[in-house]
This record gives sequence, structure tokens and C-alpha cells, in this order.
Amino acid sequence: MMSAYVDFIRIRFLMMLAYRVNYYSGIIIYAINIGAYYFLWQAIYGDKQVLAGFTVAQMTTYVAVSWMARAFYFNNLDREIANEIRDGSVAIQLIRPYSYLAVKMMQGFGEGLFRLLLFMVPGMIIVCLLFPVSLPTDPTVWVIYLVMLFFAFLINTQINMLTGLFAFFVENNEGMMRMKRVIVDLFSGVIVPIAFFPGWLSAAMQWLPFQAITYLPSAVFTGRTPLSDAWGVFGIQLTWFVVLLVPILLMWRAARTRLFVQGG
Amino acid sequence: MSRLAIDVQDLRKQFKVQNNRAGLGGALKDLFKREYREITAVKDITFQIPQGEICGYIGENGAGKSTTIKMLTGILVPTSGKLKVNGYVPHKEREKFVKEIGVVFGQRSQLWWDIGVIESFQLLRKVYRVPEADFRRRLDELVERLQLGELLNRPVRKLSLGQRMRCELVASLLHNPSILFLDEPTIGLDIIVKTEIREFLKGMNKEHGTTILLTTHDLQDIEALCSRVIMLDDGRIIYDGGLEELKSRWSKGREIKFQFGSAVSMERLRALTEGLDGVTWMLENGVEAAMWLPNAINVSDALARVVGSTADIRDIKIMETNTDEIVREIYQSGSAETKATAAAALETEADSESNGAERS
Repeated sequence: MMSAYVDFIRIRFLMMLAYRVNYYSGIIIYAINIGAYYFLWQAIYGDKQVLAGFTVAQMTTYVAVSWMARAFYFNNLDREIANEIRDGSVAIQLIRPYSYLAVKMMQGFGEGLFRLLLFMVPGMIIVCLLFPVSLPTDPTVWVIYLVMLFFAFLINTQINMLTGLFAFFVENNEGMMRMKRVIVDLFSGVIVPIAFFPGWLSAAMQWLPFQAITYLPSAVFTGRTPLSDAWGVFGIQLTWFVVLLVPILLMWRAARTRLFVQGG
Repeated sequence: MSRLAIDVQDLRKQFKVQNNRAGLGGALKDLFKREYREITAVKDITFQIPQGEICGYIGENGAGKSTTIKMLTGILVPTSGKLKVNGYVPHKEREKFVKEIGVVFGQRSQLWWDIGVIESFQLLRKVYRVPEADFRRRLDELVERLQLGELLNRPVRKLSLGQRMRCELVASLLHNPSILFLDEPTIGLDIIVKTEIREFLKGMNKEHGTTILLTTHDLQDIEALCSRVIMLDDGRIIYDGGLEELKSRWSKGREIKFQFGSAVSMERLRALTEGLDGVTWMLENGVEAAMWLPNAINVSDALARVVGSTADIRDIKIMETNTDEIVREIYQSGSAETKATAAAALETEADSESNGAERS
């Protein structure tokens, strides 16, 4: 059975590879985004050296790394799941002896691997050539960051699943999916690091899973969070991963009894 | 061996359907308070299917066939009633249960659109955990029977509907299921592929004892395959029994079509069959006429009268009352029972003229 799940990763990877040309433009779009934020932050800093604990150099690296991490963990599983529920093809998934959600997770991971190797890595190289990004030299930081990046993918995918599964309960969850996208981008700290949020909001963020997607891992990678605290960050990620399983499973169970397959 | 493959008791499925109120005001009201309507798609049906049987499940669109199949395959959770398939309660032990069944939905593909057919099969082999040797043997057998040889390496999206359907069948059988559910398996297929698929299913049933439950709108599927028919109307079973019985109970006679070389008159035709009880004529145009004769009269007797006359006959066709017509009649009347009484009443009426006219 495990080998079937591995196959889902492999097949999605190969499928993405077949459509890789679509992603070349993505690299450019991400580079432009990073550039825009780079110049924006340059203007905001002016001649100040430190803002909210970030130096200019740290901020540049933070922006580049966060966007490139997003290039990896981002996926459209919410839309895929919602579409399968809406057009009824989820029925086909249910006649197979596997867990639908696990298969979706695997497909998302196949896509993630593709995005990592053909999107994030080349994008990062281009960005490093264009902007003064300083990457850590300590290999442990890299290893820890990669593990955190994996958990960032898991948590983001879980949020996507939750959003997608709402299609069982409402006729159209398009608005919800768009809202989720904005919320994840804003609250995970891709657009503005959480340290810049007003006090009450950044306090609230401590209790939400979004910070575990971008802000916390990027803070470790840019050296703002010392390595000694990395375990704490990792603990937060792990906790959220486990906690988010609960609503997903509850929702899935409720959905099974509510499911009605549209179109015959 | 006489174990029940499918055991259904008082099965019911209700859906909540959202009411969309009309107009802008209605849309605003919907925004704040949704109105729901309960629809009962399947109304307390009961039936049993023993192992090794091929059973046809027919009914009009929206009669509840697909909903039943979806409950039997564990996709939908029934609202109430008892359900046992292969000894499992499908929706409760879904992952274990679905390993022993095969399902084909004519209107949905279960193959992966972007990868080659053989890759889809390989993936299914892993999903169902079929040992490599068994898989090889089965695949070879299926490929040979359905002549898939050169299709195996093509991506699914490049297959024609007929080719895809044959692949779907293979996909549903790779793990050697003991029950096969087919939801409109021949929809949209040409007659050659249809025949091929029917032959194949018959063979599967004979050799492997596979129980088959199929829904279809093509009654020839039923005639070719099924020994038993369950007819559904508005969520209720209105007929459950043999196909032959259905036919003999419902067919009241045959029709013979004649094409004459020169114009004939109604009087002349009537005169030909003078004395044969219940025979009626319909003149379709000047040279074509249809004779309807009840089952009680031999075709040869009636034919002899016409052929023996001086009429110049170009062509003769004998039309057996086909299942389509029978089923159409039952659908229109709503229930096999009420139709049966109506038919009995009709038969006692000597005036079969109107009956004959109705048939044309």
C-alpha cells in the first residue's frame, strides 16, 4: 500500500514535469515580487538600521526566502478537492481501498517536490544573483530549515484541505478559498513579517497556525531566531500538524453522511 | 455457494436539497436563512441477490438507480435500512469492503487522465495490493479478451469512448472482485463495442462466478445478460423477477409488417384474416400495412392467409414485442401492478382495435 502512495507522488511529479513550461513564467513572477518587496523595504528602512528587530540585510534575506518557500509549499489542493466534490468525481475516489485525504496529501507532495526542484531552487539562484541575499553558511541551519519547510508544506496543505472540504457543506466555496489565500499570505508573514504587526494582532498570531508556515521557519533561517530555539519552533509546527488533523477528520466524517453526488 | 452477495432491507436515502428562492428578494432571503427541502431518492427498498447472478437494475432517469448503486458501493451512507454486501456494511468498512468489489461508472472515468493505460493499471495493482504474478495473469487474460493490446501504452485522454470503456472494465476487474457494479456501462457506445462488452461480461460471470449488478437504459443489455430484472420507479421497486416472465406477462402479441407491390384497401386486408380472433390491421400508407396478432394465434396461420392470397407482397417483417415497449408502457403507467390490472381489463374487452392503434 505504501508503494501506491509513493506512486501517487511520482505520478504527480511526472505530470507536473510534463507541464513545466507553465512554471517558467512563475519563476519570473516570483522574482518580480521579491524585487518589489525588496525595494519597498529599502524605502521603508531609509537610513534606519533596524526595524522591529530586523536589519536591512536580514529583511532582504527574509523576503527572498519567504517567497521562495511559498513557491514550494503553495498548492491548489483546496481547489482540486472542491472541484472533485462539486463535479462528483469524489465518488470514484471512494470506491478505492485508500484514504482519499492521504492520496490528496501525496499528490500535493508530488507537486511540492516538483516546485522545490524546478521552481524554488532555480528561482532562489536567480534571486541571489539579483539581490544582496545572504544565506547562512552553517549546514545545520540548512538541514533544520528543510525539515521546517516540510512541516510548513504539511500545515499549509492541511489548511487547504479544510478549505476544500467545505465544498461538502456549501454549494460554492470559491469565496472561502480566495479568503484563505489572502489570510495565509498575510498571516503567515510572507507579505509583512509578523514582528511588524500591531501588538494585539501579533499576539493573536501566536495562537494561530499561520506563523508556522512562513514566519517561524524563515526567522530561523535568517538567524533572527537562534538555533537553540529551533526546537521550540519545531515543536509549534508539530503541534499544529497534529491539532489540524482533528478538524480534518471530523469534517471528513461529517461529510461522508452529507455527501450527495451531483450529476447522477 | 448460495450465500447472498447483496442483501438489502428497507433501504432509504434522503437528501437535503437547498431551495433557491426566485428573484432578488428571494436571493437576499436565501442569504440569511436557507430553506431546505427533503428529497427521498430511495424509498425503503428490499431485495436480495445471490452470488453468481447477473441482475439488471432499471428505471427512468431519477428513479434512484444510481443512488442505490452508490449506497451498495459504500460511497453514500444510507439514511435508514439494512445493507450487507459481501458480508460487509459498505459505508462502515469501506476500505476493506471495496477491495472485493469492482465498479464501473459509465459517465465517469476511474483511470488517471494524464498517464498511460498500463501505468493506471500498475497503480491500481499497488492500490489493491495484487501480487505481481496474479496481476500479470489477469491482465493478460483481460487484455486478450477485450483486445486492448495496442492501447496499453496510450494516455487515457487519447482513447475513444469505446476503448476507454474497455479499459475501465479491465481496471475494475484487475483485483478479481466477486461483485461487479456497472452503472450504465454501455452508455454512448456503438453496437460493436456494446456486443463485445456484453459477451465479455457473460464470460466473466460464467467462468469466475462474478455477481453482476448493472443499471442501464439500454434494454438490450438486459436481454443479453440478465436473468433477473429489478425495476425501480420513483424510489420504489415496482418489479423484481425474471426477464422472460416480465416479457410474457406484458407482451400481448406480435406485429407483422407487410409491404405490398400495389395499393391495398383496409377492407381487403380485413377480409384476408376473417375469422382469426383479435387480429387487427393498420394501414400505414397505400402500400404498407401492419398486422397485429395476439399470442394465441400462430404466426404461420396468419401469414399463410396473407401470403396465400393474390396480394403482391414485396417484404415481410415480424416484430416481436420488444422489452423497450413493455418497459415504456410500465414506466408510463407508473407501476407494474396497476398496469397488470389494466392489461387484464383490456384483454377481456373484445375491442382490440384501440389496442392495435395504440401500438403504432
